[in-house]
Amino acid sequence: MLPIVMPKWGLAMEEGTLTAWLIAAGDTVEKGQELAEIETTKIANVYESPAAGLVRRLVAQPGEVLPVGALLAVLAPASAPEAEIDAFVGGFVVRDPEPEGEGSGLSERRIERDGRMLSFKVAGAGADGVPAILVHGFGGDSDNWLFNIEALAQDRPIYAPDLPGHGKSGKQLLRGDLDELAKAVAAVIEETGAPRVHLVGHSLGAAVSFRVLERWPDRVASLAGIAPAGLGTTVNDGFVRAFVAAERRKDVKAALQMLFADPDQVSAAMIEGVQRFTRLEGAREALATIARENLPDGRQAASFRALAAETATPLLLVWGERDAIIDPAQGEGLPERVAVLRLPDAGHMPQMEAAASVNQRLAEHFSAAGG
Amino acid sequence: MPKKTYRQAINEAIAGEMRRDHRVIVMGEDNAGGAGAPGENDAWGGVLGVTKGLFPEFGPERVLDTPISESAFIGAAAGAAATGLRPVAELMFVDFMGVCFDQIFNQAAKFRYMFGGHAVTPLVIRTMYGAGFRAASQHSQCLYPVFTHIPGLKVVLPSSPYEAKGLMIQAIRDDDPVVFFEHKVLYDETGDVPDEAYTIPFGEANLTREGKDVTIVAFGRMVGFANQAADTLKRDGISATVIDPRTTSPLDSEAILDSVAETGRLVVVDEAHPRCSMAADIARLVAEEAFSSLKAPIRTVTPPHTPVPFSPALEDLYVPGPARIVEAATALTKHG
Repeated sequence: MLPIVMPKWGLAMEEGTLTAWLIAAGDTVEKGQELAEIETTKIANVYESPAAGLVRRLVAQPGEVLPVGALLAVLAPASAPEAEIDAFVGGFVVRDPEPEGEGSGLSERRIERDGRMLSFKVAGAGADGVPAILVHGFGGDSDNWLFNIEALAQDRPIYAPDLPGHGKSGKQLLRGDLDELAKAVAAVIEETGAPRVHLVGHSLGAAVSFRVLERWPDRVASLAGIAPAGLGTTVNDGFVRAFVAAERRKDVKAALQMLFADPDQVSAAMIEGVQRFTRLEGAREALATIARENLPDGRQAASFRALAAETATPLLLVWGERDAIIDPAQGEGLPERVAVLRLPDAGHMPQMEAAASVNQRLAEHFSAAGG
Repeated sequence: MPKKTYRQAINEAIAGEMRRDHRVIVMGEDNAGGAGAPGENDAWGGVLGVTKGLFPEFGPERVLDTPISESAFIGAAAGAAATGLRPVAELMFVDFMGVCFDQIFNQAAKFRYMFGGHAVTPLVIRTMYGAGFRAASQHSQCLYPVFTHIPGLKVVLPSSPYEAKGLMIQAIRDDDPVVFFEHKVLYDETGDVPDEAYTIPFGEANLTREGKDVTIVAFGRMVGFANQAADTLKRDGISATVIDPRTTSPLDSEAILDSVAETGRLVVVDEAHPRCSMAADIARLVAEEAFSSLKAPIRTVTPPHTPVPFSPALEDLYVPGPARIVEAATALTKHG
């Protein structure tokens, strides 16, 4: 008897609306299969199955608003009698969300490094597997992994930092180059207490991860680049300039829409979230510094093609075919053992646009790399 | 993210700007507290404690207690602004503003225009407004429409702690006179407020809910009620956009018109008296500029055109709440 419950997408989420079921009672679902559409006041997304099994009962009805942890559906073998399922549904108790910093719940930590605040989210702290660190891209923050953290934290501790100059971390930068950003990731590796970690980097975060691999190869169990920078020279400079300059809602929206295959993915809450970041004193300057340092003349400054070709560390590259920021063709021409996943309906944010596929592929990639 | 109250957010904004810019000063009744009695300095920090802690840090040169003479100290603040300081003057309750209309309407609001752009007036007038405090007719009015009526004034209505800090910093850095409306009932509301400084530009609305069936425009304290109403409506299958214009002058009319073009239905929620109000103003805007988008008549949700009653039972009936917003929005969707 396996309960499917209302997920927790981000620290602030307390309840969600089940807008539609994508499965029916009697269906057999795979782990990672799309189960339902769920909406909060901030986001709407597809919820993927945390487990495989036979759907015996859909408990929640479309349109219902339910707290995090509330029972949505029940998976059970065909042999389980209806009465047993009735009893399970009747006796189900919504667990109180775990207090911050304990168990597998999502929490936020802040440490000081080099006189600067470094903020990161932690989930699945109690899990056994090799920890994974999720490194966001230019202008992003740890919330870019909203649809990944909970799923990935089932098997391992997940750490998602806000890079220097971003999110809730300090905005003052020394040079804003890859070395400085990689050092922050190294500080998070230390925080995990583990000898080795999996690195997952999105966009510029992938270039940062490559730099970590280059400098501390013994600490990296595997690396996954999602719409990665660092493998080619071109980048959509128009996006970078528009994002750094945008102050008004409309301009922020236009810039963000370049990131997604489906422009409707850009919600008012996402726009306000970006504005809350760029309004902070020093944020826009930090972005400009990072852009100048890493994308001089609108081209990528660092190339890790040679490293990617030579390293023995398992590599995975994930691209959205409709990426308008970094051309997926930049992932071509590498040795066979560099695994590549290309997703037809995603843009530059496949971890959000095709979260189920990305989570599943990452989980496989981590296991193959040894824990 | 640190949680702070609306009161703390405003205090933090003013303190931060005072540290950053020595021209920023604070003045008003009991801003320091116990004027003339040194043992009572910082006893009050304004009547509801918003400026508490500023006197010990910045001293009597920059935190001034004034006599109970609004016309005198608002006039002094306008003059100080025109001659190089950046005063933040607290006029306790907006209900008392009548005694210094000349200083605001004819002086501060007119300097830039009448001196051909050669004068700036970086003045912030902080004031408390709104019902719900059992404070009767003379201490409960909204009156922001009166100030919105005057060209040359900027009028700001923060709806949450986050908004309050960013809008206050913007108000202090702005070179024009700003009337900053603080709702008494919101002072103890808490929310995420960054420790760092940030500014929220004037004239840019915030979309606190996003939907396709109806547009709800709400001001100040009414934004929270509109959000609650939108969440209730969602359970009934009606999706609402909630727009918090943040400032009534300048007004982000584009955000309102864009949204009405999508939804075809408009509810305006305004705690001010209904005649010549923001509700009336926005209804005028949409009727004039977006008539062809409308699928139903415009609805306004406001108090009746009466003074705020002192009876608690009547005051509770007087202030618009989520139920009335839900009712208005639902009626519109049934219209067509």
